[in-house]
Amino acid sequence: MAKKIFPKEDVCVGCHLCEVYCVYAHSKYKKPNAKAHELVKLYIKHKDSKPTPRILVEEKSGTWTTFALQCRHCDDAPCTKACITGAMKRLEDGRIVCDEEKCVGCWSCIMACPHGAVRRGENKKAASKCDLCLDLGEPACVKNCPNEALEIKEV
Amino acid sequence: MKYVIIGNSVAACGCIEAIRKVDTQNPIVVISDEKYRVYSRPLISYYLGGKVDESKMYIRDEDYYEKNMVETKLGKKAVAVDFKNKEVILDDGEKVKYDKLLIATGGKPFIPPTKGSESKNVFTFIKFDDVKAIDEAIKNGAKKAVVIGAGLSGLKAAEALIKRGLDVTVVELANRILGSILDLEASRIVQDELEKHGIVFKLETSVDEIIGDGKVERVKLKNGEVLDADIVVFAIGVVPNIDFLKGTELKINRGIVVDNRMQTNIEDVYAAGDCAEGYDFVFEQQRVIPIWPNAYNQGETAGYNMAGVQKTFDRGFPMNSIGFFDVHMITAGIVVPNSDDIEVLVKHDKEKNTYRKIYLKNGRVVGFMFINSIDRAGMITNMIKEGFNVESIKHRLLDEDFGYLDLPKEIRQEKILGGAKA
Repeated sequence: MAKKIFPKEDVCVGCHLCEVYCVYAHSKYKKPNAKAHELVKLYIKHKDSKPTPRILVEEKSGTWTTFALQCRHCDDAPCTKACITGAMKRLEDGRIVCDEEKCVGCWSCIMACPHGAVRRGENKKAASKCDLCLDLGEPACVKNCPNEALEIKEV
Repeated sequence: MKYVIIGNSVAACGCIEAIRKVDTQNPIVVISDEKYRVYSRPLISYYLGGKVDESKMYIRDEDYYEKNMVETKLGKKAVAVDFKNKEVILDDGEKVKYDKLLIATGGKPFIPPTKGSESKNVFTFIKFDDVKAIDEAIKNGAKKAVVIGAGLSGLKAAEALIKRGLDVTVVELANRILGSILDLEASRIVQDELEKHGIVFKLETSVDEIIGDGKVERVKLKNGEVLDADIVVFAIGVVPNIDFLKGTELKINRGIVVDNRMQTNIEDVYAAGDCAEGYDFVFEQQRVIPIWPNAYNQGETAGYNMAGVQKTFDRGFPMNSIGFFDVHMITAGIVVPNSDDIEVLVKHDKEKNTYRKIYLKNGRVVGFMFINSIDRAGMITNMIKEGFNVESIKHRLLDEDFGYLDLPKEIRQEKILGGAKA
């Protein structure tokens, strides 16, 4: 069973820093323990296309409510069953990941995800989703949220 | 206990994966007339169009069968099943005993009786070998193609062929393309895109005769037109691949009739995928739903039940996600209203070339089609599945930024937190 990230909408201030850190964490130019002021380099490197975060801050004009949503790593993940390439799969530790090399961008996962948590990645070529920051040990969004509005828990 | 699966596509995967979650001991045998390990039929157009190579056709790792302790009999065709003695008979005479059997033989191409359809360079568009043969014909100089059928596979074939540099004409009997998933307005958007890339359409006609001296040279249409052609691709549709089971005690309507555990009328015999006729939750009737996620879910349900774990699947309904060049669409459920009590929500933004249409019945979503505005569409698919009442939020469903914030806090939190348990 995978760990999962839970958003706390009562304390989320809607700063979008989770999105920025998410993009940075999945960039090939990332550095361990990057600070916010270093993130601008990422946007220089990616000037041909806007990088897509794997987390989505929901906000609506006229309300104060915001929260950050990402893949729920469902135990019975519909995206893995709808995927026509086998790119969307469950790892042995329970995480659902997308092999972006294999993905052809048919968006069957977008059709199937009940949470709307799978996004079209850079240049809309392959599906992009939360992998719980496989390489970093802990999710960059959780680590860097300034108001502790994201929590990772084993469930 | 021995499990036997006839067929080796995604329904078989669902079955294997479910069995192995609950039974890591007993043998599983997979029989398929194709020689390949499990590959993706929807990817054949990507292969032909040059977007994926052979290595990416396979939907599971090379050690999949070994890891799941599956014995494969590939390149061997099941020709009969002796239900009384519980054995599958193969084309080489071998008899394979089973305790639990899954029939997951999929669909086969439907070709209407047509003069000249046995000519060389007349193809179907379902299997890996079909596109390998088409590829060969292109390498041998084929320049002009006629595709018969403007459904999902016909248009994917046309897209791949035009990417390969051929002249492509698509012939369709209906008055619009993609009639099974789009309304007239939506199909026009997609047709415009395909025409922009050079595909020519002949609607409201069909093929009368394929002309040539043993090999395709021309296609004569019912409207009298004659088209030059080096290859012809039949992509009219599929029918359940179950001829070898006809005349047995197995109950067959259009497909093999199954209940919501995928059990047939014969004990210990299950069916799943494009060969099975199960319950369509939106249309509220037994139907063949020949789509990929349905095949996986049915195969999985069969697998659990074969291994002794009671599970039901009663939420099947059609859904499709497909793109041509830069136009992408996701559709689900009812796309052409079939009764008077259906409410229609629609938004066509001509400037952005987006189209969103939703059908409601008794305050619940029963179908939708989204073109070029597909992000988070799964939330709507899931609302169909859950029978979620959208009466209070229906004015927001057509907006691209529709999300969880449109739901009351309690429901939103339950969906997000409950996702962990889903």
